Amino acid sequence: MHEPLYKTAFPKAEVKHQATQAVSTVLQPRFASGNPPEFVNNSGEKFLDFGALVNDGQLQDLTELWDAPSVDDPSKKVRDTIIPGVVEQGMFSTADGQRKPFVLYYVSTVYGIWYSGKLFKDNGWTAPTNFEQFKALCEQIKTKGITPYGYAGANAAYYQWNVILSQAAKIGGPDVLKNIDNLEDGAWKQDAVKQAAEAWAEIGAKYSDKSFEGLKHTDVQLRQNQGKVAFYPSGDWLENEQKKDTPAGFTYQLMPVPSLTASDKLPATAIRAAGGEGYFVSSKSKNPRGGMEYMRQMLSKAGARGFTETVGAATVVPAGSEGFQFPPGVASAQAALKAAGKDVFNMLFDNWYKELDTEARTATNELMFGRINADAFVERVQKRADAIKKDSSVIKFKR
Amino acid sequence: MRHGKYPFVIGFLFAPVALYVTFVIWPYAQAFQISMTNWRGLSAPQWVGFDNYRRLLDDGAFWKAVQHHGVLLLALPLITIAIALFFSFLLNVGGRSSGGQRQGVWGAKFYRVVFFFPQVLAVAIIAVLFQMVYRPNESGLINGVLMKFGLEPILFLIKPNLALWSILAVLVWQAVGFYVVLFSAGMASIPGEIYEAAEMDGATKVTLFFRVTLPLLWDTLQVAWVYLGIAAFDCFAIVAVLSVDGGGPDGATTVLAMEIYRNAFVYSKYGYASAMGVALFFLTLTFAALTLRLTKRESVEY
Repeated sequence: MHEPLYKTAFPKAEVKHQATQAVSTVLQPRFASGNPPEFVNNSGEKFLDFGALVNDGQLQDLTELWDAPSVDDPSKKVRDTIIPGVVEQGMFSTADGQRKPFVLYYVSTVYGIWYSGKLFKDNGWTAPTNFEQFKALCEQIKTKGITPYGYAGANAAYYQWNVILSQAAKIGGPDVLKNIDNLEDGAWKQDAVKQAAEAWAEIGAKYSDKSFEGLKHTDVQLRQNQGKVAFYPSGDWLENEQKKDTPAGFTYQLMPVPSLTASDKLPATAIRAAGGEGYFVSSKSKNPRGGMEYMRQMLSKAGARGFTETVGAATVVPAGSEGFQFPPGVASAQAALKAAGKDVFNMLFDNWYKELDTEARTATNELMFGRINADAFVERVQKRADAIKKDSSVIKFKR
Repeated sequence: MRHGKYPFVIGFLFAPVALYVTFVIWPYAQAFQISMTNWRGLSAPQWVGFDNYRRLLDDGAFWKAVQHHGVLLLALPLITIAIALFFSFLLNVGGRSSGGQRQGVWGAKFYRVVFFFPQVLAVAIIAVLFQMVYRPNESGLINGVLMKFGLEPILFLIKPNLALWSILAVLVWQAVGFYVVLFSAGMASIPGEIYEAAEMDGATKVTLFFRVTLPLLWDTLQVAWVYLGIAAFDCFAIVAVLSVDGGGPDGATTVLAMEIYRNAFVYSKYGYASAMGVALFFLTLTFAALTLRLTKRESVEY
């Protein structure tokens, strides 16, 4: 999509494009042999470990890009045209202890719990904002013969730890997540995490279905489309992903993870939002500056708009989404993001430490399908976090 | 003519040996080398000596996988060989004898083809197939039927103490056909007169099986046991595609190849993954050597 823009700006440039879901399979050999491509969209089924890339000095420092004048308004720097926090999200510490921006997260992603606007309207249900309401509604839904809540244990347990940790952030403030990301001692044992785990373990026990542990994300999502599941946690790519299977009038709607009690530190509107789809430029490629220029074109109004029109998702460039008619789900996510205002939080540990992600997924399944309790949950994830902290072969990140 | 023999032989051997060394021996040697480093797949590896092996000792997932191999190592050959022997006995000598010639049960030729079917399917396809069979809700092949009768669905791959056995069942299902054919070939070479003589002495079918077929089939059985044992050390494709959460729930079905895959391609810990690979290499080797030694028996000449 952005190639024509780049070519208009640089008529002599040639762009070779290779598309794959298995990024690591295709590119690993090229990095290892010192011939990496200039520009990589490192997302999909199998993506390269950003931490390992940073540690090896494979990534181009993007400071120059962020400080460059933007395409549409040369008096504005590129960094001032995008959603705040996104530059920060792409920052990694190098081996010499400096923090530099290496990654451009391009797609705006809002996380929450999804439901069918139609199903809720037909039954006169409204999206709950606190946990008591949420449980009461789950009870009502259950009497209708619909499974109130579910996620796919076979391959998408991270959708659920996302919910637990989002709620923990609401209870104890965004620092709860910062501590987890920074591998602080006892970060997983913070009260907020334990309370959230307890709350959701109850949902798992009472309002979900044991068989979901053996299903893949698309299976459970399909069941929601068929009206057999009411609430499903995911990011705002869900609507696009389910396009083919969604019945007419389903109207995807997003609600933030409900707050636990009135004494939560963040308001009920607080939400997790982040940049998704990490793009980077390889420093050891033949033309890293060309790669950065390509990014600059992507971040122009036309570039962002073109992306949004093709994919139906919002980018981190707000100017690009202005006035665009999003489908109902993305529109509700954007509305929720707006309502959240400053209270937007994020977590990064899963990108930084894949092992911790794996452990959190496994432990989440154990918790939600009733094999361990909240205490054991925080205990075991903490143990893995401690092990990673001690492991000298793993590069540590801070934010 | 003795003169030119060695250059001639060496000339022929050179190409295959060179290929074998380059593509088999050399990668093995490299794995040993990488297992002594903390290589993360991108830049130059650093030498860390036996650190990775020390780490293996208190890696819970590793020991879980080893334990599962232990279970599979006993159960997979035992069950597969028992079923395959039973079937091939029925297919070859289980029926009536006509004109002094032992016959299989009625329709034996047809069954032989059917039993071989799973062997023709790619392993990944089998795994996907069994995802449907084991599916825990009303659209699963087994549970769909159970739920029609108002029964609770069986959570084949979800119950931690059932998951490994569900995987084992698939492995057995897939392997039996091949061994039926292998044993059939072995039984076909047992002379009919021996059966005849035994029958005249009043041996029942059961006696025939244990006193005639089994001893004369010993060599074939031994080969089958080693093959199946080595298969039990693999199981990667089935576990990776079929199990919940990649060897789950909570590592209840994980195998070494799965852990190697995870460490190498998810965590980018190639050094550590190689150390696991080396461990697997020695386990497999030890098993093969032990089996061949322990099952050594004088083979019967006929």
